[in-house]
Amino acid sequence: MNRTTLDLWVGFFVAIGIGALLFLALKVGSFAGVQMDESYILKARFDNIGGLKVRGPVKSAGVVVGRVAEIRFDAAAYEAEVLMKIDARYVFPKDTFASIYTSGLLGDQYIGLEPGGEEEKLAADGTIFKTQSAVVLEKMVSQFLFNKAAEGQETQP
Amino acid sequence: MFNPVELLRHLGAGVVERVWRLGVASRFFVALLLRSGTALRRYPLTLREIWFSGVLSLIIILVSGLFVGLVLGLQGYEILQRYGSAEALGTMVALSLLRELGPVVAGLLFASRAGSAITAEIGLMKATEQLTAMDMMAVDPVARVVAPRFWGGVISMPLLAALFSTMGIFGGWLIGVVFIGVDDGAFWSQMQASVDFRYDILNGVLKSAVFGVAVSLIAVFEGYDSAPTAEGVSRAITRTVVTSALAILALDFVLTSFMFRELS
Repeated sequence: MNRTTLDLWVGFFVAIGIGALLFLALKVGSFAGVQMDESYILKARFDNIGGLKVRGPVKSAGVVVGRVAEIRFDAAAYEAEVLMKIDARYVFPKDTFASIYTSGLLGDQYIGLEPGGEEEKLAADGTIFKTQSAVVLEKMVSQFLFNKAAEGQETQP
Repeated sequence: MFNPVELLRHLGAGVVERVWRLGVASRFFVALLLRSGTALRRYPLTLREIWFSGVLSLIIILVSGLFVGLVLGLQGYEILQRYGSAEALGTMVALSLLRELGPVVAGLLFASRAGSAITAEIGLMKATEQLTAMDMMAVDPVARVVAPRFWGGVISMPLLAALFSTMGIFGGWLIGVVFIGVDDGAFWSQMQASVDFRYDILNGVLKSAVFGVAVSLIAVFEGYDSAPTAEGVSRAITRTVVTSALAILALDFVLTSFMFRELS
């Protein structure tokens, strides 16, 4: 095989190889996790975080605005403290409401931020005080059964 | 007949033999790295080896990737639709290919297609005393013969793994979207939502690079170390394929447990 054909083939191979990597990076993956160069930390305390995981999304109005950076257990207050990395482009008012939701019936859990009406904004390392814990399926089912049982007793004479 | 002392001696001899070989291989690796400068400066030599182990492996990598993707598409759809989440097919196909199947299967194919050829080539050069002749002419066989083949393999492997994953995702898309009729938009958007560039794609590329180093090193070492006879060369080729396969699977487990530990 002469030199020019060989160069051509190697060039072709390297080009489609890098093309495949680019395809994987741009079409298959998302740069969402990488693009967030500038971010700040917000804290929130929950009674129960359910199945929330580190790296889980933080959404506001359904748009991903950050990621869960760290989850700690506060042994003094018996609460979970969640640190969120929020994109520096977005600021939230002081009375923002943080709740843990589930995407789909069995999907991953994420933190939803609902902004309030306060003028003052949350600074970096600020804490969100209004929170709502994750819905624990077992509790919901037992509550439902309990209500059903109570209804059954009422109808019976 | 059964003598415990003799048995222990056999065990000891086996262990010593293996540790000794590992030491020789490590010294060979260091020598190879030290003399790689010439191989990379005279890049046409390395270019020929990229052609030999990369371009010539393209067909088997692309075809296998396509078929693995087709099978993943069929099986994944069959399982996912039981839970009514056939749209997650893209996620399943992409993650399993990028994290595991792409690097591992491409590495195994690379070891049996290119690694065995490299061992055979170097082993035969040794058996016909070409390496000794080079040494006599003051041409360093490690720099002239071994290093280009090593670097050719190291450069080719990540590209081949990326092509394998790409073909696999294309195969999964072909089965899922074109033939079965999963929604095209959901297929891609769910995939993009759950595949992270750094966590999934870069870790996969890193894996394939590690496998490339391991397979190339095993291939050139077994060739260089083979007994200079027809039987010796054939044994060396067998050892290349077996050791490479074991090394890939063992390294894969170690790398996975370090890279994806957050999940547990």
